[in-house]
Order: sequence, then structure tokens, then C-alpha cells
Amino acid sequence: MTVHVMTGNDAAATAAKLARVQVVAAYPITPQSPVVENLSKWVEQGELPAEFVAVESEHSALTVCIGASTVGARAFTATSANGLAYMTEQVWWAAGARLPIVMCVANRAMAAPWNVLNDQQDSMSVRDAGWVQLYCRDNQEILDTTVQAFRIAERLNVPVMVCYDGFLLSHTMMPVDVPDAEVADAFLPPRTAPLQVVDVNNPRNVGPVTLADPRADADGTLQPGYMEFRAMHHGALLEALEVVPDVDRAWETATGRGWGGLVCEYLLDDAEIVLVAAGSLVTQLTLVAEALRAEGVRAGVLGIRCYRPFPVAALRERLAGRALALVFDKALSYGYQGPIAEDLKAALYAAPDAPAVYGAICGLGGRDVSPGQLAAATRAALGDLAAGVTDRAPVWINLAEGSMR
Amino acid sequence: MNQKISMSRPSVGEAGRTGDWRSSRPVMRAELCLAAKAGKVTCQLCWLYCPDACITQGMPPEIELEYCKGCGICAEECPAHAIEMVPERAHGVCEMPGGAAR
Repeated sequence: MTVHVMTGNDAAATAAKLARVQVVAAYPITPQSPVVENLSKWVEQGELPAEFVAVESEHSALTVCIGASTVGARAFTATSANGLAYMTEQVWWAAGARLPIVMCVANRAMAAPWNVLNDQQDSMSVRDAGWVQLYCRDNQEILDTTVQAFRIAERLNVPVMVCYDGFLLSHTMMPVDVPDAEVADAFLPPRTAPLQVVDVNNPRNVGPVTLADPRADADGTLQPGYMEFRAMHHGALLEALEVVPDVDRAWETATGRGWGGLVCEYLLDDAEIVLVAAGSLVTQLTLVAEALRAEGVRAGVLGIRCYRPFPVAALRERLAGRALALVFDKALSYGYQGPIAEDLKAALYAAPDAPAVYGAICGLGGRDVSPGQLAAATRAALGDLAAGVTDRAPVWINLAEGSMR
Repeated sequence: MNQKISMSRPSVGEAGRTGDWRSSRPVMRAELCLAAKAGKVTCQLCWLYCPDACITQGMPPEIELEYCKGCGICAEECPAHAIEMVPERAHGVCEMPGGAAR
């Protein structure tokens, strides 16, 4: 193990190298580009025995990964924002075809208007596509989670998206422990045979037209219909609720570092007020909880590491008996509310002893979010709670007066 | 049902009884078919163009209605206009394998 000072993008690329990826296909987009620039360099210099496929678009990037993964290769790509949107059709294909592709998403705001800075609208917008989605708090977690992601993906035959905040992590340097190759190899053996049968002597059409109902094939064997395949896929995502923590524990055994599995927490044990978020905001919220505790408010932090599948049981268990969960979303379902707040409210519905859930929207398009602003928003929420407000429209943090008309 | 992903093999009937989809049926009039008239396996354009491999070469070629979806490409391509697309309702009930009507 060696400590290097590196950016989040370097950590992601280093993880892909440790995972001995065999095919990388990518198209550059800010703020992800350094991930694949690193990998391209290492392939060119002979440090990484992989195929690097330079493609003409993100749609093709993921399509190449789909082809490679179908025939059994370990495939990796990375993207951001409009690049992710451009490959969306293939995002669904990779999931439905049950391909264990790993993709890093350096989270960036969606255009229009054009903006290259951080929020989480891009990956949140594909939360329903059937990928496991993991959000990272710092650069060490990016490296560790990206290696873990391959083991999760290959165990379940589902693709995994490793999300980290653009610029805040992607371009910020931090000390990162890089495990030795032998440690990573022992943790992540070569990929086993794919689900897909790729054999010229026993040909298959993979992902053919599959109608709603089960059908009898040429031998009269009943084959699943579209709904059955979708139910199996959903089952695999639910199984990830066990596999994600298992893999995190195995990583902790191997390296001494675990990240909490599905969720992470800080000062949570006796907390009445729980601050909830995903990504680097979780790190910031630890400062907010400390500041509020200095004022006598029993505040704690609950970070969502695994956003899909949504860890309903873990959240219910950790939030039972609290007074308030205040969710900070860096994304928005327009005309409704922040996605994490929305999901948390649904998860807690009819749960015994559930807290009130308030939402707040912050940091869109890279709008700076300071611990002071987060603390002020929390104090305001405490006022609403004391006034008996059980539900509340999302509050926008640090928004110019009169913008929402 | 044991496979986790949808796959199919190149076999007759692998996609199910796709003849169910048909709203018009290709009807071969042998008296116009070039191959039937010549008494040898010539032309065969209907066999060549059928996208679902439902047509067997012959004099005239034979159309497998169990799997023919009724796309009408064979009728369109036949240079002798020997194949006519006739609405299914003109044929009355469809028969299931084993003779049951529905």
C-alpha cells in the first residue's frame, strides 16, 4: 500500500487499473476526461494490458463496453452530464442485458443552460435504469468503491455506476492509499463466464424481441416473457442490498477500509435531527452536525452510499425514533421535489416511529454550499418542526430572492 | 424458466407461433407462379425475400402459415403477382395445432 496525493479522477482511473480492466471505451467530457486520459496513457505505455477504444460519442462508448462485456471482458467507461444523457439508450441496454460494466460518473449539471460544474442531476436522472448506483464522499472512497463495483457487478450480473461530485472531488487532490496489485487481485479474481452464450457452434441471438408473455421455444420449453426478465432484474437489484455491504466488508478485511455498505453515519447514535445527503455533501454535513452540537442541537448525519437499490430497511432502522430527517438534494425532479427526499418519504411511509422529512435543494450548477448555509437551513427547519409543520415544500438554499415565480 | 437474460437460437418456432400476429394471409396461386409453370426450381424470390424464413423452395414454394406474420413482402416481390394477400377474416376461423378452432 502506498499513499499518493491524487484527484478523484486519478483515483477512479487507478481503481480501473487495479481491477485489470480489459476494455475501456470512452469519449472525453468535463469533468470526467482525466479518468480516461490516464487509462489511455497507461494502455499506450504498456502499463495496462487492455484495449482502449477511442469512440466518436458516449453512445458508442457504452455500446463498445456492451459488446466487450457480452463476450466476457471486464469493461469500464466514465462520463458526465450530457455525455451520460447521450448514452442513455445504452444505459438501459447494459442493465437489461445484465452486463457487469462499471461506469464512473463525475457528477455535473445538465444543460441547458450550459454548465460544467457539479450537481447530481445527471446520474439521478437514470436512477430507474436498473444499475446499482453508489455515491462517494472523498477520493479514497472513489478508489475503493470503483474496485468494489466490479465485484458487485460480476456477482449479480448488473452494471454499477460509481458517482462522485465533479470538480469538488474529480479535480481536488487528496491523499489516497493505493492497495498493492496482489491485494486487489485477491479481492477481485478474473471475471467468470458471462451469462451470454457466445459460441459460433452454438449461436444465440442475445436480447431478441421478447414479448410480454412467456413463450414456448422450438423445443417446447417455456421461456420467460418480458415481465419475467424484468422481475429477475429487479430481484438482482434487491439482492444488491446484501451484496453491496458484503463486498464492502470483504474490502475492509483486505485493506482495513470499509465505507458503511449501504449507508454511512456520523454522530448518529443519539441524534434527534438527522442530516441526509449523498456524495461529498455528506462530508460537509459532518462539520454542520458538529457546529449544531456545539449549540446544543443533537444533530447527526446519515449518508446514502447506495442510492439504487434504495436501502429502505437500513434507512427505516436508523431513522426510527428521530424527530426530523432533513434531506439535501443536489438534483430535482422538476415540478416535484429532490429525488432523495422523495424516495426517503416513500421509504418511511407507514414505518413505525418515523421522523418528519423535509427537503432542501442546493448546489445546482455548482452553486457553492457552505457549512454555514447548511447550518442556517437546519436551524430554520428546526423552527418549522417546533411550529408543528409535518410536511414542507422543498427549501432552496442560497437562492436569489424572488426567483421562483 | 431458468435463464436470466433473453436469448434465442436459430430454430423453427423459437420465437413462438408468430402466425398469430397475421392480419392478412399470403395465398399462392400456382397457376401464375413462374417455378410451377416452368416445372423447375427457378425464381424463388418469395423464398429469398421472406424475412422470417417461412417459405420453403419449391414448385411453387410453400408458405408456413404457423409462423408467417403476414408482412406481404413475398406478394410485393413476386414478379408474376402469384401471391395475393387476403384478409384473415375471409378465411374464417384459424386452426390451432391439433385441429382446435379459435
